[in-house]
Amino acid sequence: MSNATEEVPLSTTAERQVVVGAAGKVPSKDWVIVTREITREYDMGGEVVRALRGVNLAVRRNEYVAIMGPSGSGKSTLMNLIGCLDTPNAGEYWLNGQMVSTMRDDDLARVRNKEIGFVFQTFNLLPRATALHNVELPLVYAGVSSAERKQRANDALASVGLGNRVHHRPNELSGGQRQRVAIARALVNRPSILLADEPTGNLDSSTSEEIMKVFAQLAESGQTVIMVTHEPDIAAHARRVVVLRDGLIASDDRREKFAAKMGN
Amino acid sequence: MPFFEAVKLAFATIRVQKLKSFFTALGVCIGVMFLIAVVSIVDGMGRYMENDLIGKLIAINSFELRHRPNINIGDVDRATWLEYNRRPRILESDVQPVVDALPSGTLWSIYSEAGVQVESEYSRPRRGNVTAVDGDYFEIKRFGVTDGRLFTPGELTQGSNVVVLGPDLVKRLFPTVDALGRQVKIGGKMYTVVGIGESLGSAFGMSFDNYVYAPFRSPIHRLLNREAHAIDALVVQTPTADAITDGQERVRAVMRARHQLRPSQKDNFSLQTADTALDFWNKIKGYLVLAGIALPAFGLVVGAIVIMNIMLVAVAERTHEIGIRKALGAKRRDILIQFMIEATTLSTFGAALGIAAGAGLALLIRSTTPMPTFVAPWSIVVGVLIGAGVGVISGVYPASRASLLDPVAALRQE
Repeated sequence: MSNATEEVPLSTTAERQVVVGAAGKVPSKDWVIVTREITREYDMGGEVVRALRGVNLAVRRNEYVAIMGPSGSGKSTLMNLIGCLDTPNAGEYWLNGQMVSTMRDDDLARVRNKEIGFVFQTFNLLPRATALHNVELPLVYAGVSSAERKQRANDALASVGLGNRVHHRPNELSGGQRQRVAIARALVNRPSILLADEPTGNLDSSTSEEIMKVFAQLAESGQTVIMVTHEPDIAAHARRVVVLRDGLIASDDRREKFAAKMGN
Repeated sequence: MPFFEAVKLAFATIRVQKLKSFFTALGVCIGVMFLIAVVSIVDGMGRYMENDLIGKLIAINSFELRHRPNINIGDVDRATWLEYNRRPRILESDVQPVVDALPSGTLWSIYSEAGVQVESEYSRPRRGNVTAVDGDYFEIKRFGVTDGRLFTPGELTQGSNVVVLGPDLVKRLFPTVDALGRQVKIGGKMYTVVGIGESLGSAFGMSFDNYVYAPFRSPIHRLLNREAHAIDALVVQTPTADAITDGQERVRAVMRARHQLRPSQKDNFSLQTADTALDFWNKIKGYLVLAGIALPAFGLVVGAIVIMNIMLVAVAERTHEIGIRKALGAKRRDILIQFMIEATTLSTFGAALGIAAGAGLALLIRSTTPMPTFVAPWSIVVGVLIGAGVGVISGVYPASRASLLDPVAALRQE
C-alpha cells in the first residue's frame, strides 16, 4: 500500500489521501476534481489505444493547474474526461462531489452546462452569432429567461473588457478579442471550473500574455482554472503543473519546483 | 432550449440562406399550391352546382315528373339505360289527372325542350334552346322579362304564335334593330317576339341566354317531341319544402295507376328533385377531391424527401456547431428540437408560400376561365398543418442523428 502511494506523483499528502485507496468515497467539499485510476481506451480499427492508463488527480477549489505533456501523452483525453465530454472506461471521476464517470449523456450535458466553462484553442464561437449571443448560449441551455440572459451576458463581456463589442460577430473581432468572448461565455454560468484547452495556441505571444493575465486575475479572484497546454512558458503561469506521459501522470509539482526543473 | 428560441434560431438560419431555403421548401410549396388550387376548384364548382346550376335547372321546393332523369352525372350502366328507354313517355293526357290530385296552393307547369334552328330577316339562322311551356312555368322559375311581356293566359290556352327570346339570341338574331314586335321563323312557321327575357347567366363558358319560350299549345311543340302528345316534364312546386314528399306521393300514386303497375313493380317514371340531381354531383365530387388530394400528395412526398436531404446536409455541415452547443450544455432533446423546428419552420414557410400561390392560382383561374373557384378557409388551415406535418416527418431522422452525435467527435470536425 505504502509502496503504491510512493508511485503516485501527487503534490501533497492530502491529495494522496483523497485519491488513493479511497475508492467509492465521496470527496469533501474542498475538492472540486478527484479522479481515481481513470482509464480510457480507444478501439482504432481493431487496435486498442490506451490513452489514459490509470490517472489519479485531485484538484482543490480555487487552484490554478496546468496539464502538460507531449502530443499523444493523453492530455486531450484527460481534458475531455474532466470536461465531461467523455466518460472513462474504468475508474472514478468526482466533480464537485458528484460521481460523473457513470453518468449518461443528458446528465453529462447538465453537468457541463452548470459546472464547466470551456475555452478552446480555436475559440469555437458560433460564426453567425454576435458576441452577445455566443455568451448567452450556456444560459439558453440552462433555461435562464431572456432578459436575465442579456444582462448576464453583457456583464460577462464587460468583465473581459469587451463591453463595446457585444454586437460584433466573431469575424469582426481579433483573435485576442475572440478568446475573450470565449472566456466570457465560459464564465457566464458561474462554473465550478474554467477548463482551457491550449487557450493561447492560436494567438501571438503578446496576445497570449494578455489572455494569461485574464486567467491570472480569474485565479486570483478564486476561480478554479485548469489549463491544458504543451508550452512550458504558458504552463508556468499556473500555480501547479501536472505533466502527463504515456497516459500516466509523470510529475505533479508546485510552480516553483516546476520552474526549477525547467531551468535545469 | 425553449420552443420560442428554437423558432427564432430557425428563422435566423432561413434568413441567412434565403435562396437555399426557398429551393428546399419549393416541393412543399408546389404540393400545397396545387392542393389549395384543386380544392378551391372543386369547392367552387360544388358551390356553383348547389347554389346556381341545379337551382336554375330545378326550381326551389319543386320536383319534376319525367319518364327518366334528365340530369345524369356519373355512371349510368347499360341495363339502367335500356330500362330508361323502354319507359313510356309522360303524355299530355297524364297532366290533368295528376294536377287534380295535387292540393290547392300547388303550382304546376309542363314543358318540352330541344335545340332548334331559329331564323330572322336580320341575320343568318341561329340555334336556340326552345322550350314550350304551359301552366305556372314562369312563376315557378321566377322568370321575368327585361323588355316587352310574358304570355297572356289567352295566348297559352290558344297556343298563339308568340315567343319570349333570351338576350344572347336577341343580339344574334336582331343585331341592328329592336326585336320586340318582329317575327322569327321556327320550323317554317312565323312567331311574333313579345318579350325579351332576363339573363340566366352562364356556366363553364356555356351561355344560358340562347333560349326561346313559346306557349306549349303553339305548333312549336311538334318540333320538340317526336312522339305525339308526349311532354318532357311536369313541374310541381309545393308551397313549402315539407310538402314536397306529400306532393311526390300523390303524383306517384296517380302515375302508378295510369301506368297500371302492380305493387311489386318499380316506378317506370322518375320524380326528380334538386337533391336527386345533387346526389350525382356529390358522387363525382368525392372522386375529384380524391384526385385533388392524391396528386399534390406526390409533390408533398418529394418535398419531404428534399427537406430531409437538406437537413441531413445541414447536420453534416453544422457538426462542429452541434459539438459547441453540446459542450455548452445542450442536451439531446435540445439539439433534436432545434433541427426538428428548423425543418418544420422551413416546411411551414414553404406551405405558406404554397397557400398564397394556390389562392393566387385559384383567383387567376376564376378571372380568366369560366371555372368558378372558392378558397375555403379550412383548406388554408389544412395547408399549414400539412406543411408542419411534412416538416416534422422529414426532420425526425436528421434531427435524431444530430442529437446522437458524440460531442468530442463533433468538436473535432471542422
